[in-house]
Amino acid sequence: MSAHDHGHDHDHGDHHHDNHFTDMEARVKALETVLTEKGLIDLAAIDAIVETYETKIGPRNGARVVAKAWVDPDFAEWLKRDATAAIASLGYTGRQGEHMRAVFNTADTHNLVVCTLCSCYPWSVLGLPPVWYKAPPYRSRAVIDPRGVLAEFGLTLSEDRRIRVWDSTAELRYLVVPERPAGTDGLSEEELADLVTRDSMIGTGLALSPETQR
Amino acid sequence: MSTCKTTSPLAASAELPKSPEGDPVFAEPWQASAFAMTVRLHEKGVFSWNEWAEALSAELYKPGRKADASDYFDCWVAALSRLVTELSITSNGQLDTLTKSWQRAAEATPHGKPILIENDPLR
Repeated sequence: MSAHDHGHDHDHGDHHHDNHFTDMEARVKALETVLTEKGLIDLAAIDAIVETYETKIGPRNGARVVAKAWVDPDFAEWLKRDATAAIASLGYTGRQGEHMRAVFNTADTHNLVVCTLCSCYPWSVLGLPPVWYKAPPYRSRAVIDPRGVLAEFGLTLSEDRRIRVWDSTAELRYLVVPERPAGTDGLSEEELADLVTRDSMIGTGLALSPETQR
Repeated sequence: MSTCKTTSPLAASAELPKSPEGDPVFAEPWQASAFAMTVRLHEKGVFSWNEWAEALSAELYKPGRKADASDYFDCWVAALSRLVTELSITSNGQLDTLTKSWQRAAEATPHGKPILIENDPLR
């Protein structure tokens, strides 16, 4: 099938399939299907187990990218201009060679990334996706009412701050670069990376301040 | 969920990649799913942890492993597949059929829609 069959209005030229499962991904889904059909597992229980680990683990690659951008203006500029190359320079590349774009939060603009319904979540940079993020209601509501969705995550932004919602695609995935928290002048790049949560790189949270981290 | 139950898989799974805090480290989401399914099946009493440890070891100590152990969870999935097949929960044939079905379903699913096995055009 061709891209035209998708009935999809993103404009990225000659992409072919939006979604692809590797052998291992498909095999795990197959196990999941058969075990669910037999009543031996249910997805809620599986999600609950995964959830106990997902925020603690996973690649910290994205956090290091953000911390470097905070301390190194040249790197930040490069990241803004060509995120794929800037991120690759640190040794982090996506499995399928997808392109990355970094979107920077500022005093005027907050960025929020949606869509993990398919396979377009850049986990090589961001780590495991949160379970809720895969839920269809999140995606549609984030587009319609981003301010409301963020408020539910405990993030209330002032009315004059614009919220931009980015819908990641099979070819282009987003990394939110949160604002550097105040009171972090003396911190090393490594200490700064510890302040960068996964949620802050999706846009459903902010980077931690040194006080809240403790 | 009680947290103590998940410690046994961690303690008893040879070579499981772990963080400095002792939590398992997954490089990709499917690895977390495979891990969680195994924990759940054990919780449900489908197999004992000794049975699991044996099945996993058999895969881990097969010749031809990657030197950097990046295929650890490939072994995990192979062990889980073999164990559920040996317990007659499923068959290799059924697993292979479902695996191919999921791959076709993924290819057939447009961006922004959930990948469901029903999306497999041949199903």
